[in-house]
Amino acid sequence: MLTHSLFFYFFSAITVFSAIMVTISRNTVNSVFFLILVFVSVSILFIMIGAEFLGMIMLIVYVGAVAVLFLFVVMMLNVTEQITKRSSRRGLINNISVGSIVGAIIFLELLVVIGGWKYKANFTPLSSANFDISNTRALGNILYTDYIHLFQISGMILLVAMIGAITLTFRKRENVKRQSYFKQIIREKQSAVSLVDVERGKGVKLDD
Amino acid sequence: MTEIGLGHYLTLASIIFAIGVVGIFLNRKNIIIILMSIELILLAVNINLVSFSIYLQDLVGQVFTMFVLTVAAAEAAVGLAIIVIYYKNKGSIHVEQISSLKG
Repeated sequence: MLTHSLFFYFFSAITVFSAIMVTISRNTVNSVFFLILVFVSVSILFIMIGAEFLGMIMLIVYVGAVAVLFLFVVMMLNVTEQITKRSSRRGLINNISVGSIVGAIIFLELLVVIGGWKYKANFTPLSSANFDISNTRALGNILYTDYIHLFQISGMILLVAMIGAITLTFRKRENVKRQSYFKQIIREKQSAVSLVDVERGKGVKLDD
Repeated sequence: MTEIGLGHYLTLASIIFAIGVVGIFLNRKNIIIILMSIELILLAVNINLVSFSIYLQDLVGQVFTMFVLTVAAAEAAVGLAIIVIYYKNKGSIHVEQISSLKG
């Protein structure tokens, strides 16, 4: 139990520190790296309390896909250069005060909710999780049976997001010859080939 | 102190949630950090769902966490695509200069 609590405090301290650094870091690339650190430590916490599959999925999806996407966009847009060029301190103090007040109020409200929670006696606490069936297997058992429709709808959401992202960033290039399938298919013999009777010694005009 | 229960995880989630909200407010540098703060908020929600799922021995919370994760990934992809095309059109993603919708 002591090991569990030590690991919990260690990784949650790393998580909170990196979450703060994500928001206050001056360099955007650094904040993407701190975001990766947040995700890694939270996935370790997930694995520690017994949700192994979600911890691994978290690593794959967030660190492998989302954070790399962020990093890609940050480096492509060259944001760092921009900030030093047109950084303005105007309104920053105002934003900090309003933001801190709102954040503190939300945090206190959540603490009141957590502190006032009455724990039911028949709930099984975190430590006594049963391990007769693995977490991944149990998740698959209910995900592919009871929640199959939600699963497929989430797949549709991903498809729509993919199509949307491609359509948004697609750019038609000028001066590039492309194959036009439609033109090729509707082309017929009458519009392409014509037989001409050529008189002797006159030749043929190509424009006719 | 040494017994880690549900309350500890919920406190951690609420701290991360509050940090994400403050990050949205006080960030005036670029819009990508605002997107990252939204990711932090979704992460806090995920921590809540997973810790309750473990605590109540009910896997539905983890299933729902997977759906939240899916939507978060889709949102990040579309948001970043919008940012890229905005940058291509305007040449800047400075938050204070994005005011075309103000009329």
